[in-house]
Amino acid sequence: MSNMLLITLLLGLMAIAYQLGLVRSKGVAATTSGTGVKMHSRPTYHAMLVALWVGVPAALIFAVWSLFQPGIIESMVLAQLPPEMMPATENDVRILLRRIHNLSGGFGLIEEAAAYELNAARYMAELRSISQMLMIALMASVAATALVWTRKRIHPLLRARNQVEQAVRVLLVACSAVAILTTIGIVLSMIGEAMRFFSFVSPMDFFFGTTWNPRFSTVGTDGQTGFGMLPLLWGTMMIALIALAVAVPVGLMAAIFLSEYASDRVRAVAKPIIEVLAGIPTIVYGFFALITVGPFLANFGASLGLEIRATSAITAGLVMGIMIIPFISSLSDDIITQVPKSLRDGSLGLGATKSETIRKVVLPAALPGIVGAILLAASRAIGETMIVVLAAGNSPVLTANPFEAVSTMTVTIVNQLTGDLDFASPQSLVAFALGLTLFVITLLLNVVALVIVRKYREQYE
Amino acid sequence: MGQPSMNTLKVTLPESADSQALPQGNIKMSARDVKVFYGASEALHGINMDIYENEVVAFIGPSGCGKSTFLRCLNRMNDTIDSARVTGKVTLDDQDIYDPSLDVVQLRAQVGMVFQKPNPFPKSIFENIAYGPRLHGLVDNKTDLEEIVESSLRRAGLWNEVKDRLDAPGTGLSGGQQQRLCIARAIAVSPEVILMDEPCSALDPIATTIIEELIDELKGSYTIAIVTHNMQQAARVSDRTAFFHLGNLVELSATREIFTNPQDTRTEDYITGRFG
Repeated sequence: MSNMLLITLLLGLMAIAYQLGLVRSKGVAATTSGTGVKMHSRPTYHAMLVALWVGVPAALIFAVWSLFQPGIIESMVLAQLPPEMMPATENDVRILLRRIHNLSGGFGLIEEAAAYELNAARYMAELRSISQMLMIALMASVAATALVWTRKRIHPLLRARNQVEQAVRVLLVACSAVAILTTIGIVLSMIGEAMRFFSFVSPMDFFFGTTWNPRFSTVGTDGQTGFGMLPLLWGTMMIALIALAVAVPVGLMAAIFLSEYASDRVRAVAKPIIEVLAGIPTIVYGFFALITVGPFLANFGASLGLEIRATSAITAGLVMGIMIIPFISSLSDDIITQVPKSLRDGSLGLGATKSETIRKVVLPAALPGIVGAILLAASRAIGETMIVVLAAGNSPVLTANPFEAVSTMTVTIVNQLTGDLDFASPQSLVAFALGLTLFVITLLLNVVALVIVRKYREQYE
Repeated sequence: MGQPSMNTLKVTLPESADSQALPQGNIKMSARDVKVFYGASEALHGINMDIYENEVVAFIGPSGCGKSTFLRCLNRMNDTIDSARVTGKVTLDDQDIYDPSLDVVQLRAQVGMVFQKPNPFPKSIFENIAYGPRLHGLVDNKTDLEEIVESSLRRAGLWNEVKDRLDAPGTGLSGGQQQRLCIARAIAVSPEVILMDEPCSALDPIATTIIEELIDELKGSYTIAIVTHNMQQAARVSDRTAFFHLGNLVELSATREIFTNPQDTRTEDYITGRFG
């Protein structure tokens, strides 16, 4: 019986349990009429409680069983192997188990299967079917017991409604836990892989090295050099700064126009259109930069006597700046709109003009929120990949000239992880160290932004 | 002012003999056939009113009667509401304030405003007061500015409470202090008229008393128009009272007159309804 079918059956059982509980609790309710005893909960809550008791414990058994079954079966299979066939290294044990697993599942093998392997595979299949049957039996008995017990338990005074409420709460907690645990899991796995990288290259060389030139050497893992991330960090920062230099003035002024000057009708049309900029896939921005903006800048530079590479920090930064305009304009617009009208009235009532009011009262009042918006946009710019892959030139050198090609951390991660590679070598493990560094940078930016925004909110509520 | 309400009807005037002879003095502001439209609906139906120099005139009436709307016509604050449209004529010292050639910025410096909810800027106390003088270039150097800040705070009766913490944020003061800060802020640009839109409605009784005493002191130097929901307040602070109802000015006469001998039955109903 497949697991899918099992789950469907369980759901069906819950539906039946619900109906049984409903009928029963309606019956109980009918007997109480006229006796002066009032049902604590409505019949649907009793029915839901019955269904929950039938479904949840059985589902938990299923989950726990599925989690531990493979491990237990594998160790049992290994235990019955003839001792002289037992592989020496852990890696070989894994390979052997994989072979047995495939044999028992009816898949083909590369080499001819040995007799002991066939035996083990047969044993494994046997164990698996026994375990499956045991599990189904256990689930069925638990569900049946729960059905009989909870159905019998239905009583006018039973607080079914409150208990269902508890179950809802547990469900909600579990859902938020999924998101949090995923984040923690990703971070932990990044830390783990980064640690493996740091066993090859010292953190000092990585964080403070000024040369990025990891050779894909096959000579082993000793004496790894050229893993200094400073050129990448600098490239990332330079492009992000160029992007902010474009996006902050444009975005902020657009926000001021939208919130203070535009009529409601104009705002209703213009704001969504600006937000569309954020919805354009970044790869589209990327080839827009590569095909249109880069050559344009190069020609423009040539006419001024400047040497601007078509793929350079300025190209990528400019296009990225356009991309993050809506982050700044939209958030700032919301924040500026939240500044109380009474402050504007106070300033206007003193004889300030509209732009004086905006400059001296509204913007200072909204400043914390605007800084938050800018930091969020900055973390977006730092983590952006596609535009820089295509338009930054991919040249990891330390240069202060924005017209030169540079490379960023994200681009390097892409480069290190594409192609034919060995996941145990520092050349690909470095991607995790870079990713972790990037994560820490954007996390810090986000935390600072959130703290600032929260502080601002407290002021006007 | 914890006196019984009948006593408070006696308006405290410096020269009590003159109070019988109201109205007196020069006309400071006057309104002729002022109508206000919000979109298509008419909120004020042709108001005529004269406001005299150095008097306190109170606007009373039920909610939505147009008293605040009329007040905001007097320094063109209705301009900030997109859908509002004002017709008729309002003059300040015989100058039409809705004349297109008139600078609204200049007007608002002459006709200051204090709002219902205290609205200090999120700046220091000093910067709150200095805001207006700086805008209008009233001072040339820091010493003059400090003088203006101090004298404005003194006039608003706030100096002694805040002199040691002028750099503290204005939003950190109590509600009553914030409202006095806003009054000081309005005074700092040396207006001729101060409009107050229910200045005490967000304050506790003690803060209200302090503001009322302040209004009494200020009327020696300024013309004050105050909107209030509290009729005892109108009786305590004003020389004349205007009763608004459904967008009309029903009655305008000396405060003592309107509270003891109202001419219009609507005025009487409103006043007795509240007092009875």
